[in-house]
Amino acid sequence: MERSRALLAKPWLWSYLGALAVWLAAIAFTGGHGGGGMLSAALALAQFTVIVGIGQMFVITLGPGNVDLSLPANIGLASAVAMKVMDGSDSMVAVGLLAALACGAAIGATNYLLIRALRIPPIIATLSASFIIQSADISYGRGLQIKPPPGFADFTNLEVLGIPILALLTAAFSVVAAIALHRMVYGRSVLAIGQNSRAAWLAGTPVGRTRALTYTLSGALGGIDGALLAGYFRGANVDIGNEYLLASLAVVVIGGTSVAGGRANVPGIWGAALFLVLLLTMLNTFGVSAGVRLLVTGLVIVAVIAAAGGQDAQR
Amino acid sequence: MPTETAAALPARSVRTSAHGATARARLIRAWLPALSLALVLAAIAWLNPRAISYFGFSLMLNLAIPIVLATIAQLFVISGNELDLSIGSFVGFVGCVTATWLNDAPWLGAATLLGAVCVYAALGALIHVRNLPSIVVTLGMSFVWQGLAIMMLPTPGGKAPAWLQAISAFRFPFVPLPIVAALAIGAIVHFGLMRTSYGAILRGSGGNPAALARAGWSLLRTKVVLFALAGFFGVLSGMALISITTSADANIGSGYTLLAIAGVILGGGEFVGGRVSPVGAVVGALTMALAASPLLTFMDIPPDWQVAANGAILIVVLAARALVSRRED
Repeated sequence: MERSRALLAKPWLWSYLGALAVWLAAIAFTGGHGGGGMLSAALALAQFTVIVGIGQMFVITLGPGNVDLSLPANIGLASAVAMKVMDGSDSMVAVGLLAALACGAAIGATNYLLIRALRIPPIIATLSASFIIQSADISYGRGLQIKPPPGFADFTNLEVLGIPILALLTAAFSVVAAIALHRMVYGRSVLAIGQNSRAAWLAGTPVGRTRALTYTLSGALGGIDGALLAGYFRGANVDIGNEYLLASLAVVVIGGTSVAGGRANVPGIWGAALFLVLLLTMLNTFGVSAGVRLLVTGLVIVAVIAAAGGQDAQR
Repeated sequence: MPTETAAALPARSVRTSAHGATARARLIRAWLPALSLALVLAAIAWLNPRAISYFGFSLMLNLAIPIVLATIAQLFVISGNELDLSIGSFVGFVGCVTATWLNDAPWLGAATLLGAVCVYAALGALIHVRNLPSIVVTLGMSFVWQGLAIMMLPTPGGKAPAWLQAISAFRFPFVPLPIVAALAIGAIVHFGLMRTSYGAILRGSGGNPAALARAGWSLLRTKVVLFALAGFFGVLSGMALISITTSADANIGSGYTLLAIAGVILGGGEFVGGRVSPVGAVVGALTMALAASPLLTFMDIPPDWQVAANGAILIVVLAARALVSRRED
């Protein structure tokens, strides 16, 4: 009883259980074949959701109404910028990554400027910005099927003992993010603002600076994610980031971060991202049509959020 | 006593002049949607004078009515401090039902659409009871509606029922049908939401939920009603869209989510506090419908940048409103 209540108090644990359940279902269907390969593929795909999920988590933790809806467009543009700067040459990889990072950070900073200067809700600000970014991307990347440099593409696909190197780096970054969230002034400020921004302001927390930094961080993570995605899928395109709007929001909420702000959880993001990716893997193994896949994904996300995210929001 | 009056007098006069400035700012704010529409119309008239005619408006506003209806759907959701990111794919789903089942088996089609409205009402209940973030729930639902639409109509096709086509083919003398329809929709929703007592309760559920609950009104019921109304107008939007296009495609409503939110916000709606304006939303939707393609086509803006132009218009109008509101404070 005591233990089950402790489990219920940590809704993000369910995300790992859910991931395990869908993985077992997929393996049961294949008769035990390809379980390991499924896991490494899931890790490789989940890392991209985790990277943007962490950015989204910091934004959402700022409190009600704070959300970054410009991530998909941001990822798309940054992937094109990175590939164009790298121009297929391995010597330019670092410069390309920096360019994607800068592009994303600039988008994040612009988002915050719109929110701050025009006093518009973050939802509308980031949504409007995302349409401008999307157009810029369509116009900029038109007709270009830009390939990543071979070395970069190989690196993003590199696996050691079935574990993608990039997933390890993302895991290391998650640890840093968790430390920043719980142990550093920045993270504590974000949590304080999310709990009560006025109280945080009265206590001397630099509210404006923290919010600006958070939106910039989310943008920068979107940018780097775009570059890595373009490397992993061996090419940039406009729609590359489309699925990351729902995914980034869903992993944050399923992962146990409070949508009311002020409470965040990094490990839950990994569980939720693995759950979502394995769910898709399972549906693909079952061989369902595109329509059914969308339907089931949507229903499962709504159901899981209704089951796990609800109590969290009730404060 | 006399000294008190003397002291109070200048204070009051100061207050009245401040009040005057506030009222003026409010007035500008209320007229901002109409002003944006007038600006867009003026730009169109300047770029292509021939467009300002019965025929020109019929063509330019051809797709305006589905946008107006989707905007009204979004308006109900926003009145309750929520946001519906699924309205676009819902309109697409309704379109697919309209072009297939409603045509082949009218009763099945009508029952499906009624069921879809019930799903919306149930979502309202779910969001309220479990205290869920509406953007995540509706974003999830957008996958559900899109999935269903693709399952019904994997490739573009279907056919609009003949009676539906007849309605949209109807021509009024002197005033194009879309303008008449927009006026009617604006008037009906304005009356229902702004002039009836339950309309005030519905807006109050976004304005001050705690006070409303304490006064004995059920917040669950208001949310269910608001979402059901959103579903109902979403259904109307999808049917209106199919009556014009005459066939459907699973992605037909994809742009409507943005257009609907933009219409509400352009029309003077606020995200929180139940401050919405149905007439403003209709004007906002017409502005978006005109700005979305006819104006941009006349301005020779390449299709690549049309989405950006929508975003930019939104930002400009909000900037203008922020300036006015600053004076209002």
